[in-house]
Amino acid sequence: MRLPLSAVREGEDAESRNQGGALLEAVSLTRHFRIGGLFGRMLHAVDDVDLTLNAREIVALVGESGSGKSTVARLFAMVFRPTAGDIRFRGRSLSKIRSRRDILAYRGQVPMVFQDPFSSLNPVHTIGYALDRGLKLHRPSLSRGEREAEAVRVLDSVELSPGRRMLGRYPHELSGGQRQRVGFARALSCHPRVVLADEPVSMLDVSIRIGLLNLMAQLCEMEGLSFLYITHDIASARYVAHRVVVMYAGQVVERGPTEEVLHRPVHPYTRLLLSAVPDPRAELNITSTDLGEPPRVVEPGEGCRFRWRCPLAVSICAQLTPKLRPASPGHDGACHVTVGQTRPAA
Amino acid sequence: MNVAPSSAPEMRADGARFRLRFPGLGNLGRAILSNRKAMAGAIMLAIFIIMALVPGLIAPGTPGAELYPPGQGASFDHLLGTTSYGQDIFTQFIWGARASLVIAVVAGLLSTILSALIGVAAGYLPGMPDGILSLITDVFLVIPAFPLVVVIAAYSKSGGNLTIIAVLVVTGWAYGARQLRAQVLSLRNRDFLVAARLRGERTLRIIVSEILPNMTSLLVANFLGASVYAILTAAGLQFIGLGNVNTDSWGTMLYWAQNNEALQAGLPLWAIAPGFGIALLGGAFALLNYAFDEISNPALRPVRGRGGRSDP
Amino acid sequence: MADPILEVRDIRVEYPTPDGPARAVDRVSLAVHPGEFLGIVGESGCGKSTLLFAITQLLIPPARLAGGAILFKGQNLVQLSEGALRAVRWRDYSVVMQSAMNALNPVKTVAAQYADAMRGHGHADRVAIRARSREVLSLVGIDPVHLDSFPHQLSGGMRQRVMIAMALLLSPELIVMDEPTSALDVVAQRSLMAQIKTLQRSLGFAVIFVTHDMSLVGHFSDRLAVMYAGIIVEIGPTRRIFDSPGHPYTQGLLESFPSVYGPKIPLKGIPGSPPNMVMLPTGCRFHPRCAKVMERCSIDPPGLYEAEETSVRCFLHEAAVVGRA
Repeated sequence: MRLPLSAVREGEDAESRNQGGALLEAVSLTRHFRIGGLFGRMLHAVDDVDLTLNAREIVALVGESGSGKSTVARLFAMVFRPTAGDIRFRGRSLSKIRSRRDILAYRGQVPMVFQDPFSSLNPVHTIGYALDRGLKLHRPSLSRGEREAEAVRVLDSVELSPGRRMLGRYPHELSGGQRQRVGFARALSCHPRVVLADEPVSMLDVSIRIGLLNLMAQLCEMEGLSFLYITHDIASARYVAHRVVVMYAGQVVERGPTEEVLHRPVHPYTRLLLSAVPDPRAELNITSTDLGEPPRVVEPGEGCRFRWRCPLAVSICAQLTPKLRPASPGHDGACHVTVGQTRPAA
Repeated sequence: MNVAPSSAPEMRADGARFRLRFPGLGNLGRAILSNRKAMAGAIMLAIFIIMALVPGLIAPGTPGAELYPPGQGASFDHLLGTTSYGQDIFTQFIWGARASLVIAVVAGLLSTILSALIGVAAGYLPGMPDGILSLITDVFLVIPAFPLVVVIAAYSKSGGNLTIIAVLVVTGWAYGARQLRAQVLSLRNRDFLVAARLRGERTLRIIVSEILPNMTSLLVANFLGASVYAILTAAGLQFIGLGNVNTDSWGTMLYWAQNNEALQAGLPLWAIAPGFGIALLGGAFALLNYAFDEISNPALRPVRGRGGRSDP
Repeated sequence: MADPILEVRDIRVEYPTPDGPARAVDRVSLAVHPGEFLGIVGESGCGKSTLLFAITQLLIPPARLAGGAILFKGQNLVQLSEGALRAVRWRDYSVVMQSAMNALNPVKTVAAQYADAMRGHGHADRVAIRARSREVLSLVGIDPVHLDSFPHQLSGGMRQRVMIAMALLLSPELIVMDEPTSALDVVAQRSLMAQIKTLQRSLGFAVIFVTHDMSLVGHFSDRLAVMYAGIIVEIGPTRRIFDSPGHPYTQGLLESFPSVYGPKIPLKGIPGSPPNMVMLPTGCRFHPRCAKVMERCSIDPPGLYEAEETSVRCFLHEAAVVGRA
């Protein structure tokens, strides 16, 4: 299961190896959608999100439906532009990336892996074609033979060996797990820095997921790749991620090192999520009567968006949106009660 | 060239994998052989194609030649009898296949191409372009086709078959465009298209090499459907005298038969033969259309005994 | 233990493929006792949903029941006419499907659909129907004001509850559920499962719960059946199976769940993928992926061996049987 040495990245400079600066950064990132026609209401998919991703790390973005995590991923992938706020890649704002060439270069450096193995590959094209197209567009200096060799190399690096035989196969001949690996291979073929993995294992069988999670961890360790791992499954987030960011109703409610957040959660929503995770080895413990109703993201107004479901809600929660404040070094939470000035003396 | 069915789900009830047929040219042949409707349609079509390609071999002579004793019934010399003008009906019938087939195929093809261009563009391009194209499509859909066809054809007396083809295409493309647009809309948000866009592909390239290949079965179905429409409507136009009445086609045969009151004059075959030809040709296309549906969508296949294939 | 209300004997389900008939379910037998919660667990392609459709007589051609008997309270459902079957359906057993949006009619209110179901079984009194409808909605924790809502006006979690309430209308003795929570988020899933269990305890019906997620059903089921490639590989009391899984597949499955609170250890999952149902491996169907494979496994198919209260289809447990005899 050893990985081959990665080829020298094109155009690498000393600055890019700087561990100090963040690789990918979101600053007050906001994205609203208008629903219901020209005079409809605004859906606050993402509101004021701050997120950092450094080199050689895996950050898990955890949340349920309506949390905005997929929208954040798509904002990072430049599928659409933010309504407000900024995204910086290696210090450079994405709003400065306008020309087709620059956008192409960025997308090669920050590719995306999709959730659905059945629709992420075009059924009429072979695997080889899918990889070849990406290489042709992002690394035009390669000859045909070199592209093929590169395709085989990335397929081998995701454990789809022998890569050469995979090139001629069609998606329907592959299992779900294999297709997802092809998705990773596609992302890897452009020598990226960061891979945006949008729920890459949620639609796979349970026994197959671990293989792909191990692959992600390996690629991070050995090739120095960073991953933004978007998921609703906090257990898998724990398994691979160095840091965890929890989102609810478009906002970040808690973030910090994985073990810290999972064992000492400060936000009531994080605690709710943790209590709901079915762990076959643990004893059953249902204390919550929460029904799991979806969050309100249409013109939510001021105030904490979790207050309707929160067992700790007090009057200030309806008046002021809580900001992220440190609960302990590196670990922030956005809650008036547990991390606010109103925190009772411990 | 590998042609793929437009629907790709291959996981059965709980995911048991099922090897999907990907008809390439050879596979298509096998697919047709194993489906009864397709076989019937293909055979009928093959017969008509032969009639159109080498009519002289089957019925030597000139269809319009008024050489024979008029008004004869069926006999050994004249398999279908002769017309009031002394033309051999059988010869006319065989030679008439060519015009009908050509009109069907050309009109069908052009109609499908136009449907595809407009339908796919409307489906893929968001907002305003879609609105405009859909509006145009809807207008053409609502216009009653036959009266429009008659009016246009009546105003363009010269031109004959070409005019008819043009008229058919103009009135026939809208239905297909609607269908194709709907399918593109359903494909649009599939991850592989988002992936193509993120990869950096240009829009035209995406439409041509990512979307269209996934729509082949609908495109073929459109072509077959448009051809049936063309056959029947062209025959109708020729029957009422529009288009060049001096050409050899089944529709004009009917025109002349009607003008000479063939049925009353005791020459029913003069009218029945071309009518039969039109019906069978239309039927051949229709059968192939059903069959193609079944081939590309396994859920529609008839349930047979063990396996249900000709191979062991 | 009382007589089982459902007994499935030797069921076989086939469907034709271009490469020959595939057996989605191959000689499966199991029994469900009154008030029991049986979980059927397996991954994609194992045949669990097909088994469910077979039991409830909802198979869609070209899939067909190729053999076996389904005895519901002694009556063989396979032999019943459509009319007789309709009488039994919903009254004696009901079904909850995976997606409410597929099962519920989008143009009818909840009340109208409940009324349809009840009228289909001979209840004509509008007042009584309305009262019963309100009752079942309260049972699942939904405000009865939603009787007049349309499905799209309700959230996903609420729709699933509406479906479950519908299954309770005629107080059936058995409810069959096909992954009713898989479309929901974690918190909603948990809440729904707890609700189902509470209802089951208070109303006393038996449940067959099909899912791919073992951890979900582990806390709620009394007995568990693990399926792989169309056959049952392990069946027994849930706690037993979780504490000491007998079949290597079950062991592999249990080891595929990363723990949230326990020690963080690297997991392996199960290498390979489920077999092609038309070209099954010789001998034991799991042997190509088994970590404990022996030479015998590729030659003879193992039988179902009983060890303690669990039955395991693996040669590793054959010795226990032999030893006891």
